[in-house]
Amino acid sequence: MKNKNLIMKVKDFNFTYAGVQEPSLKQINLPIEKNKITALIGPSGCGKSTLLRAMNRIHDLYPGNQYQGEINLYGKSEKSNILELTKENDLIELRQQVGMIFQKPTPFPMSIFDNVAYGLKLAGLKDKDELEAKVHKALQDAAIWKETKDRLHSSALGLSGGQQQRLCIARAVALKPDVLLFDEPTSALDPISTGAIEELISTLKEEVSVVIVTHNMQQASRLSDYTAFMYLGDLIEYDKTETIFMNPAQKLTEDYITGRFG
Amino acid sequence: MNRLILNKIVLLLSTLSAVIGIGFLFWILITLSYKGISSLSLSTFTNDLVEGGIRNLLVGQFTMALLASFIAIPIGMFAGIWLREYSNNSRLANVIRNLSDIMMSAPSIVIGVFVYALFVAPFGGYNGFAGVIALTIMMIPIIINTTDNMLSLVPKELREAGIALGGSKHKIIVQIVIKAAKVGITTGILLSFARIIGETAPLLFTSANSQFFTMDLTEQFPSLTVSIYNLATYPDEASRNLAWAASFVLTIIVLIINLMGRYMTRNKK
Repeated sequence: MKNKNLIMKVKDFNFTYAGVQEPSLKQINLPIEKNKITALIGPSGCGKSTLLRAMNRIHDLYPGNQYQGEINLYGKSEKSNILELTKENDLIELRQQVGMIFQKPTPFPMSIFDNVAYGLKLAGLKDKDELEAKVHKALQDAAIWKETKDRLHSSALGLSGGQQQRLCIARAVALKPDVLLFDEPTSALDPISTGAIEELISTLKEEVSVVIVTHNMQQASRLSDYTAFMYLGDLIEYDKTETIFMNPAQKLTEDYITGRFG
Repeated sequence: MNRLILNKIVLLLSTLSAVIGIGFLFWILITLSYKGISSLSLSTFTNDLVEGGIRNLLVGQFTMALLASFIAIPIGMFAGIWLREYSNNSRLANVIRNLSDIMMSAPSIVIGVFVYALFVAPFGGYNGFAGVIALTIMMIPIIINTTDNMLSLVPKELREAGIALGGSKHKIIVQIVIKAAKVGITTGILLSFARIIGETAPLLFTSANSQFFTMDLTEQFPSLTVSIYNLATYPDEASRNLAWAASFVLTIIVLIINLMGRYMTRNKK
């Protein structure tokens, strides 16, 4: 019954990078609640990005990495363990359901319109009117429509860093994913752009479930509903964000949150 | 006090060196322009070598260089793409990368001799194809190196972003990564073309030279650079003047291609 509110569930998950003996993630168990924001926090090298990057199997770009355990996705399609996917087409479908936003904005070297249309075209959308409608909608959803509506066909590289990041979010939102993964989405941005992105993420959760990796403790507490604290490849503690920040169960969590290390 | 004197000495030495270096360059350019322009006339471009012009030489030189480009550009680009995007930096890839770098600095005369042994001697004579092959061999490693380097400048996040949007690897490479590296690769191709258009050694005993206009690559093929090499040593004034004119034209061609490459890189920024 509890699964009803879950979009993803990580179960006994181990991850080992190519050419390394020790697993970088050990026996991770983590639920991802539907239409909530889950933050992954922890010091550098704790494995939070590694975990995030497993959730859309982007690790597969580099050969030799090993997954063990389960990451179940309860998306539009039925429950599936995404670690069992092997065909390229299945992985492509997974990535359409589980989008990702990176630390540095990654606009493609093409127009603003084409950037957003790109994923839709990859997904097989050909009808011009529909494409245009979806692109406009995505730009509106990502709160960047006002700034871009008069320059849709100029290069996306001319946008500011914050605008580029929102464009990347629009690009991901356009595919109507179940989950959006954010890998430190604001660490390359100024405070004002950061504020805009944070506001955007908190409105997005009506449509999608969000997992966000962040180094910024205030960001985690402001934004997220649930927080997982990781340390040296272990998941130390997972709970409601409030609990983690106000009343953590583990000494380690408390030490990290109060800034005693990390 | 000591430091001030040392500073002045170093400044003097570096200025002097710069003046010497640039001085020689200008000396060459000025002599070339002076002697070249005074030997140029309209008939230089309309006549073939046999009539004291360079028409067939220009056509021959460009024909061989362009044919070499047509072969070398796809091979070099695909090899570069494989090295950077598909090889995962395996040991084989590093061997190929190093070999390609060595090939790039291989003396061009050695490539000429190699092609002579394989494509001239067995076929009973100098031929245009051998010249094209020699130029192709010169060009491929340059294109590999450029493609490899320019692709390496494309941030890996861009590839990941494409994959994360549901692209397949080859689509992302063709539609995004190469697009992002387009200017750099095009510039590299232009510069490599400028490099082979001025080569003499690989042609000297592959295509050799021809006084007549021909498009038949199975025969000796007219070449601007080999002609300069020959004409410059002739005793008569007319031949030497033609060598100056041809050198001047060649320099202008190389200069223009180089400037085009630079112009493209600058526009990118």
